[in-house]
Amino acid sequence: MMAINMKKGSPITDKIFKYVAIGAATYVLAIIIMIVVNLTTGSAQVWQQEGISFLTGSDWNSVEGRESYGAAPYIMGTLVNAGIAMAISIPLSFGIAMFLSELAPKLLKTPLAMVIELLAAVPSVVYGLWGLLVFRTYIQDWIEVPLHNLFGDQSIIFAGTPFGLDILTASIVLAIMIIPTIASISKEIMLAVPNSQREAAYMLGATKWEVFRLAVLPYSKSGLIGATILGLGRAVGETMAVTMLIGNATGAAAFPSSLFGPGQTLASIMANEFAEASQGGLHLAALVGIGLILFIMAFAINVVAHLLVARVVKSHEGAVLA
Amino acid sequence: MITVEQRAEFRKHFRYNVGRRLVLDKVVKCVVFLCVVVAVVPLVAILINVFTNGAAALSWDFLTQIPGAVGSDEPGGIGPAIQGTIVLLGLSSLIGVPIGVMGGIFLSEYGNNRYGRTVRFFNDVLAEFPTIVIGVFTFVLIVLTVGNFSVWAGSFALSIVMLPIVMRTTEESLKLVPVTYREAGYALGIRRWRVVFTIVLSGAKSGLITGILLSVARIAGETAPLVFTILGSSQFIQGLDGPIDALPLRIWRLSSLPYDSSVTQGWGAAFVLIIMVLAINIGVRYVFLQKKGKTFMKFKKMGVI
Amino acid sequence: MMETVTKIPATENATEDIKYKLVAENISASYDGIVAVKNVSMKFRDKAVTALIGPSGCGKTTFLRCLNRMHELTKHATLTGRVLLDGEDLYSNKVDPIINRRKIGMVFQKPNPFPTMSIYDNVACGLKLNGVKDKKIINEVVEGCLKMASLWDEVKGDLKKPGMSLSGGQQQRLCIARALAIQPEVLLMDEPASALDPIATQKIEEMIQELKKEYTIIIVTHNMQQATRVSDYTGFMYLGDLVEFGETKQIFENPRNEITAKYVQGQFG
Repeated sequence: MMAINMKKGSPITDKIFKYVAIGAATYVLAIIIMIVVNLTTGSAQVWQQEGISFLTGSDWNSVEGRESYGAAPYIMGTLVNAGIAMAISIPLSFGIAMFLSELAPKLLKTPLAMVIELLAAVPSVVYGLWGLLVFRTYIQDWIEVPLHNLFGDQSIIFAGTPFGLDILTASIVLAIMIIPTIASISKEIMLAVPNSQREAAYMLGATKWEVFRLAVLPYSKSGLIGATILGLGRAVGETMAVTMLIGNATGAAAFPSSLFGPGQTLASIMANEFAEASQGGLHLAALVGIGLILFIMAFAINVVAHLLVARVVKSHEGAVLA
Repeated sequence: MITVEQRAEFRKHFRYNVGRRLVLDKVVKCVVFLCVVVAVVPLVAILINVFTNGAAALSWDFLTQIPGAVGSDEPGGIGPAIQGTIVLLGLSSLIGVPIGVMGGIFLSEYGNNRYGRTVRFFNDVLAEFPTIVIGVFTFVLIVLTVGNFSVWAGSFALSIVMLPIVMRTTEESLKLVPVTYREAGYALGIRRWRVVFTIVLSGAKSGLITGILLSVARIAGETAPLVFTILGSSQFIQGLDGPIDALPLRIWRLSSLPYDSSVTQGWGAAFVLIIMVLAINIGVRYVFLQKKGKTFMKFKKMGVI
Repeated sequence: MMETVTKIPATENATEDIKYKLVAENISASYDGIVAVKNVSMKFRDKAVTALIGPSGCGKTTFLRCLNRMHELTKHATLTGRVLLDGEDLYSNKVDPIINRRKIGMVFQKPNPFPTMSIYDNVACGLKLNGVKDKKIINEVVEGCLKMASLWDEVKGDLKKPGMSLSGGQQQRLCIARALAIQPEVLLMDEPASALDPIATQKIEEMIQELKKEYTIIIVTHNMQQATRVSDYTGFMYLGDLVEFGETKQIFENPRNEITAKYVQGQFG
């Protein structure tokens, strides 16, 4: 691509240009490193005070003199919340993606795809507002109360008086939020499957579903896994909607047990308690420490997702070239 | 070789089950269609609710006045929030766009090496970071150091959110400019930086603008980073080193208040925000669907939009 | 090239008791608003190879794809006419296309094995799809079909390897084996050798000679030498019309139409 040898006799302006470009690219790496450094130093106090029990403990007390911080309930809360949301959104998203790439008549395809894509752009705080003011009552009246009446307090996951601001509502709204993301990416991945693959399956006498199972699904499998993990990354880090809906328990009470009980996630505890934390105090250090835990979780998830997606791209190029 | 007798024998083993398979096919189609309905109903309900409830709240005063005292009979407006969001978007773009575009130039023009791949990878990872982490980071880096919440801190946080998007879309747009354009420039003896700035960037103009607009739409709705950086305010902007209000932040604050007037205002603010975000997204789509843009398809595949 | 196309009907010098496996009646087909096939009727004899020749874009591939209802999967495709397999209309509303597609195997221009499947599974998947459960039978069919596609000797040691690990020519023969495994009655081949080297091409041609003892084979080809080598009947298509159809020998040695003559002499194409 280098049409001209840039090393020899390259004018100073070109060199400056190149270094500015390198500098801008390095800025990204610098930001990531600074995030790690700042979150670590900002939370040093709490790690010194609590040690490993910051990860494993479940006390959360910010009253001066009795301060104690443990993030375990919020880690669990994040995982449970994201887990339920994924369980709901994965089948629905794949259904939408399959419909858009394989089944939908053209008249329906373009507008539906457009609506889904636009919904991915709706800010999370709007989903939160809708969940709080509209969806909550529906969840409470149509799902929670009947389930509670049916199973009662004896069952663990349906125990507690349904209130609408709880793990279930937060998870469902979270699921609604990530569906557009997973569905749009999955649709693109399915559309990238060459038609010759589908024709091969049709030739064997396959029905539409069998074509999907035989030709489309195996070909796009790793890409779909990548899309799912990207969705998981967003679910784990999602803040506003969850904060507005999850009921915000603290300490041991935030350990997720009943779907109808209030919970707390890593992101929501930060958003909720930040205003109360005094500068320089242990409470603030604890919240920054929570940020560090969330950072590490999200970082790991995204690295895996991107490695998978990169591998998909490579293997697909191989399939085309071979 | 398979003989005729063998073939006849094989054929006996085919149990086509066509009826059963066609039924299964129909069932799957129904399930898939049901998925679409189940998922699309709440999604569309959100839009309808925001539009109907929000439109009711709109008035000139609502858009321009400062908020009234909490719970008072005079609910006031969301003027400071709208102003704040516009200021924040402008300042963030001022920081994020030049760095993003230069970074994108690096990835596309000089990035075909190990370092380029590293930057690309971490840039992709940064694009998916929980934005609240970026808020906390900015809080520790700027707010704690300087000692107060400020417009600058908020803009810096938002610029980090938009940076990876601008960088990736710039790279992809530049890569779509044919190498022959560059070679033509070099052949004329034009310096490399001028080739990039005049020939390549202008060739990739539409992709570049799309990427920037989409990143602006994205940060317009970001709330989490602002919680830690701009604090919120009920006054119009006082200065860049002081607190400020923003639409998403205002929606969040309003949602936690128990008054009917705040609920109405919350819907109204959500309406204004969603109009801003959707206007950019629909506008970009409209322009590009006309042109059947290659860049646009590429962005779609990247999951940027 | 400026002459008007005058159609000469297929010669019927044989008596009516000849068995026609597949009959296409008045097929017209278009896609994306382009009319690719204009009112073409053709009869294909059982246990014979029929070649379709013609310059690029003459509609021969589209016509072939109409014969097993593959054309309707193309975007914006329209189609009129009838295709009769053993006297039964493939396009009848009463029959689902999947019932007849399995009786008509197809080999595509570019090899398209399923990339995630092993060599074995590529051949066996059609059997499993159509309800063959007996492992022993599946093994026998896979071996037999790979032998018929003259691929067995090259792959018998590593049937578990992915299909994509094979060379282009081997992949194409794998696709042929996959098409044969479902025990079709008709085999459609769309320029099966266009991407292959001469040795692989020769193998495929030998195989066609072997297969025609039992199958009705219809092959689209660009290559006129190939048509003379493998086919018994040849149809020449030009601009969506079937210009001439007859015994291969007659088409190449004694064409009745001027355009056919020019084409087979290599004056255009």
